[in-house]
Amino acid sequence: MPPIPRSPMLRNLLLVASPWVLVVLLWYAVAWSGLVNPALIPTPHQVAAKGWELLTRSRLPMDILMSTQRVAIGVAFGIALAVPIGFLLGWYKGVRRFLDPLLNFFRALPPIALIPLVIVYFGIGELAKVAILFYASFFAGVIVMYEGIAQISPIYVRVARTLGAADGEIFLRVIVPLTVPHMLTALRVALGVAWATLVASELIAAQQGLGALIQDASSFFQLDIIYVGIICIGLIALAMDLVLRAIARRMVAWQERIA
Amino acid sequence: MSAPEAAAKPRVTFDRVSVEFPSKSGPMRVVEDVSYEILDREFVSVIGPSGCGKTTMLNMVAGFMQPTSGRVLLDGKPVGGPGPDRGVMFQEYGVFPWLTVRENIAFGLKLAANRSLAGERDAIVENYMRLMGLEAFADAWPRMLSGGMRQRLALARAYAIKPQFLLMDEPFGALDAQTRTAMQDLLLSVLAAEGKTVMLITHSVEEAIYLSNRVVVMSARPTRIREIVEVPFPYPRDESLHDTPAFGELRSHLRDLVMKEYAAQARQAVRLSD
Repeated sequence: MPPIPRSPMLRNLLLVASPWVLVVLLWYAVAWSGLVNPALIPTPHQVAAKGWELLTRSRLPMDILMSTQRVAIGVAFGIALAVPIGFLLGWYKGVRRFLDPLLNFFRALPPIALIPLVIVYFGIGELAKVAILFYASFFAGVIVMYEGIAQISPIYVRVARTLGAADGEIFLRVIVPLTVPHMLTALRVALGVAWATLVASELIAAQQGLGALIQDASSFFQLDIIYVGIICIGLIALAMDLVLRAIARRMVAWQERIA
Repeated sequence: MSAPEAAAKPRVTFDRVSVEFPSKSGPMRVVEDVSYEILDREFVSVIGPSGCGKTTMLNMVAGFMQPTSGRVLLDGKPVGGPGPDRGVMFQEYGVFPWLTVRENIAFGLKLAANRSLAGERDAIVENYMRLMGLEAFADAWPRMLSGGMRQRLALARAYAIKPQFLLMDEPFGALDAQTRTAMQDLLLSVLAAEGKTVMLITHSVEEAIYLSNRVVVMSARPTRIREIVEVPFPYPRDESLHDTPAFGELRSHLRDLVMKEYAAQARQAVRLSD
């Protein structure tokens, strides 16, 4: 057994890296085991080489840019709407009773099933793709938001009132700080869902984007490119989540547990 | 804190107060025809079986609810909404988790309603942090504090805006015996320094006697006043009071009363389930 490194940073790095190494090893094991037709499983180094080629000499940077841009725009609009609506639903029981069934109806519809309708109403341009991502992130975000707000204990508002707080002061000094963690969680969940929906949104006649890359590759049975596309989506989503988590840790350091 | 003068004016008046809550089987009467007064700078404890409507009475003084019939008066006027003249200590403390200890205490002092105290804000905050032994935790989040410290923080926050009334709903219920005693003594010493009118809801007969001028014993639901007991011991009091025969007699008398009400409540429960 290799000696356990003394530096805690190095140890942490090893701890974080080990599952990734494990997955790559497993991948090699399957590819080289002979159990699966080698033509169907490109090895990690083949995929890495293809990825490097696409990144330095081909379309990958543009694909990443386009996809990231669509996700960012879809999520930005989705969350901008999900925060106030989720807040109203969470805060006012009456509104919730009224709108909850409707919300659950729409939430259950898979975005991919909406694509034909989106094409009819929004065409096949950027708007259509962003609309799908907006739809996905709005419903993911609004549920997280309103579940979170509904759980806020009314005790804090009562305490603030006994200390003399007026309605405006209660909103700014009590409700807003209690809402921030739920906004951040909603944003994280929406981003995850948006990346997961990306390929579907780029089914709509996209020329560029990671979803388009995967679809183009699938028409030519370029499995290595499909792997590159998939890994890119996963890595970008992971990176965004890490950044958001770091921001959340700073903004809501007061919280008992940080997700 | 000194016993109120015989001629002291009433600050809080319950005048034939009844409260009903809606329930599946029609309106349920929780408080029935309760009348008593809390005098200026008096410490009144309210004890009785759990669920008998003690908290309801405190909530009416705090301004969170209205009686179904009768009147609750504050200095002769019907109670409006909640306000900074009445500091409330809730059972669950309600310290703001997103603010540090210092910011929690300062919260009320930053509100428009307490603008007159804004100039002394830092001095007030420092003073109560010292008094409550929270100085070392000034910039800590409440999640890092023990139950007793959160309780002291809630007390400091309520005191900071200098309310004339202190309404306390079983504030020491969740604390261990040692912390509880320490908190009671702290409360007495703060009250000695700045006289306030206090209404305390408690389960503990000892606590009620140790702290109060008078103890209001409530009956099982629907709550009526069973007896109002004067506590004759002069302030300042200390823990040795617990060991005096007079304290023991008062304690047995009050325990007797309270136990009878618990028994009555248990009989009611049996009858309801039949």
